[in-house]
Amino acid sequence: MTAAAALTTGDGTPLKTALARATRRARLKALFLVAPLLLFVIVTFAVPIGQMLYLSVYNPVFSDNMPRLSAWLRVHDVAQVPGEDAFEALVLDLTEARANRTHAQVGTRINYERTGATSLFKSTARKIKRIKGPPYKDQLLALNEEWGELHLWTVMARAASPHTAAFYAQALDLSYDAEGEIVRAPENRRIYGHLFLRTLFLSALIAGLCLLLGYPAAHLLASLPLRYSNMLMVLVLLPFWTSLLVRTTSWITLLQSQGVLNDMLVSIGILGDDGRLQLMYNQWGTVIAMTHIMLPFMILPLYSVMKTVPKDYVRAARSLGAGPVTAFLRVYLPQTVPGIGAGVLLVFIISVGYYITPALVGGSSGQLISNQIAFHMLQSLNWGLAAALGALLLGGVILLYWLYDRLVGVDNMKLG
Amino acid sequence: MTAMKPIAAAALAAGLVLSGVPANAGEITVVSWGGAYTKSQVEAYHKPWMAKTGHKIKSVDAPNPAAPIKAQVKAGNVSIDVADVEYSDAVRYCDEGLLESIDPAILPPAPDGTPATEDFIEGALTDCAVASIVWSTVFAYDASKFKGAEPRTIADLFDVKTFPGKRGLRKGAKPNLEMALMADGVPAAEVYKMLTTDAGVARAFKKLDTIKTHVVWWEAGAQPPQLLADGEVAMTTAYNGRIFNAAIGENKPFKIVWDGQVLDFDLFVIPKGAPNKDLALEFIKFATDTQRLADQAKYIAYGPARKSSGKLVGLYQDGKTPMAPHMPTAEANMGNALVNNFEFWADRDSELNERFNAWIASN
Repeated sequence: MTAAAALTTGDGTPLKTALARATRRARLKALFLVAPLLLFVIVTFAVPIGQMLYLSVYNPVFSDNMPRLSAWLRVHDVAQVPGEDAFEALVLDLTEARANRTHAQVGTRINYERTGATSLFKSTARKIKRIKGPPYKDQLLALNEEWGELHLWTVMARAASPHTAAFYAQALDLSYDAEGEIVRAPENRRIYGHLFLRTLFLSALIAGLCLLLGYPAAHLLASLPLRYSNMLMVLVLLPFWTSLLVRTTSWITLLQSQGVLNDMLVSIGILGDDGRLQLMYNQWGTVIAMTHIMLPFMILPLYSVMKTVPKDYVRAARSLGAGPVTAFLRVYLPQTVPGIGAGVLLVFIISVGYYITPALVGGSSGQLISNQIAFHMLQSLNWGLAAALGALLLGGVILLYWLYDRLVGVDNMKLG
Repeated sequence: MTAMKPIAAAALAAGLVLSGVPANAGEITVVSWGGAYTKSQVEAYHKPWMAKTGHKIKSVDAPNPAAPIKAQVKAGNVSIDVADVEYSDAVRYCDEGLLESIDPAILPPAPDGTPATEDFIEGALTDCAVASIVWSTVFAYDASKFKGAEPRTIADLFDVKTFPGKRGLRKGAKPNLEMALMADGVPAAEVYKMLTTDAGVARAFKKLDTIKTHVVWWEAGAQPPQLLADGEVAMTTAYNGRIFNAAIGENKPFKIVWDGQVLDFDLFVIPKGAPNKDLALEFIKFATDTQRLADQAKYIAYGPARKSSGKLVGLYQDGKTPMAPHMPTAEANMGNALVNNFEFWADRDSELNERFNAWIASN
């Protein structure tokens, strides 16, 4: 008889089973408790973002509304302007699209890659009734000879598949030439690469400035007696609680060329009236206003880490003969690295996607990539391109986060 | 359940009687551009319509009222009943099937019996939209800041030697490219023809290059009068009605230069699937009749889209300023004017804005 098998609970179930059941119940209970949040995050965050990102590679406007031509284009290789059968499909599809009022959407989809396609589709659809029976090709070319251009056909051939890389190509300043090869976009239309770099550079600069300004402030807060530090903390938190727009517009009032600061400098004679500093509506405006807005995101994690650093360590270092600089660099600073990591990463990532402040104070040289995303979401309504730009930005941030994890280690980070 | 019904009905009836609302009262949502412009619509259209019909209007402001339409229609969740949009958007959205079509025959005729289709200015009625006003982009300056000569022509906007100082321009390709060409000496009639060529576009950007470092870019229509008032810019392009309101309404020393103005329509549209489509139509019929369009000119300096309204345009709400000479369509102001070509922009909007954005982002 083996005693081990006989271990049971009071009602006779084996202990192992009872334990498994109990832990499963606890796990289910925990899941049940977080379920509302989980559901909320999935419904309001994961699903919409996933859908939005999907738009960057999926655009069925052409294939849905031009079914015959799309089918033809999917099986044939377009190395030159096709013959009668493709034009027949084109005319039949256009006639139907005209009846369903979808021809302009199709034109707009093609217009993303070929300027003038919107009016080509619209004007051709308007006159489509004039085309009497086959053969179609010559009649259509007589209506508008643009239909005989290879570039148009290679664009349509790519659009025939609902999945497309065209938006990513555009977001990377690339375009397709007449033969369908990927080439760099003409110089006067390259914009996004430059903006991505500027966004990363300015965000890094803002994070650096925040660290420079925030570190001493956080140290002061952490080392003062509680009743003073609480009072000073309010000064950090008050702007944090103030509306973003209020803070940004106050910077405009302060810094614009007829603003408070310039007026003061002119009245005390440091500047001439025609030598006013241009601190708003350019990169400076973006950097100054955003550094101010981001500062609490740097001070708060730094403060909470510095609070936990015992004062005795620095005192011990000093009593053992370290100078103030050495004591700071070798003893104090290393212990605050988790706060620095958290603050820098937080400020940098928020800055990369920031939109309102650069839009208001950035002029032309202070615009970030997010302003272009907003432009395509709200003005040009090219959601595919907006999604592609957004995906690249998201990918870039994830890459940087991964790098940070490799170099510094995320476990090392402390948010408070 | 059955017992509940009469009680609920009675309560409802009592509520309606108390609030004085007719039993079939509805509410429509009207989206417009905000500021002085929305205010003029509220005074001239919304209030009289609400008083007459007992329905309610929820007025919403947007930087561009066309922008939410696409999102709402695509998502199948439309909350807008009426939107006030620009011409190019009205045409583009109509073509893309995002708007309800509006039959111009249902619009009320002019007081003398002229049918609406003939009473509206040419181009003011499209398949899906009814124009209410003619507005224009002009440039304006603060007269108190110019001691000697004052700017007179569109070329002066681009002449920073004779007229030093910052310039305010709208952040977008339209209508800066048109104005640049006109300032470069291109006659209004040839501007769009020239912009269809690469050389023409290059010429426009070259002209813009000459003032690029002097430009403060604005986005919302309320910004340019503010920039002028703050002394941030010496001159700025602006919507003429905004400058009028600042100049006449708020006694600012602003002056408009009409030379090289770019005219445009604002039109009422109904998004496809609007929750109160029939009421929305009723509102549009009411708001675009002869008297109402003339009334709006009392509050803001935009020209009525009906010919028959022209004669009824009277004094500004201050009771002493005659409005007629402040209309963009007044004969004296039309000397060198360009009418916005929506077909051109429907085609080239994405290309030219991309180029414009690239140009603006490069230093």
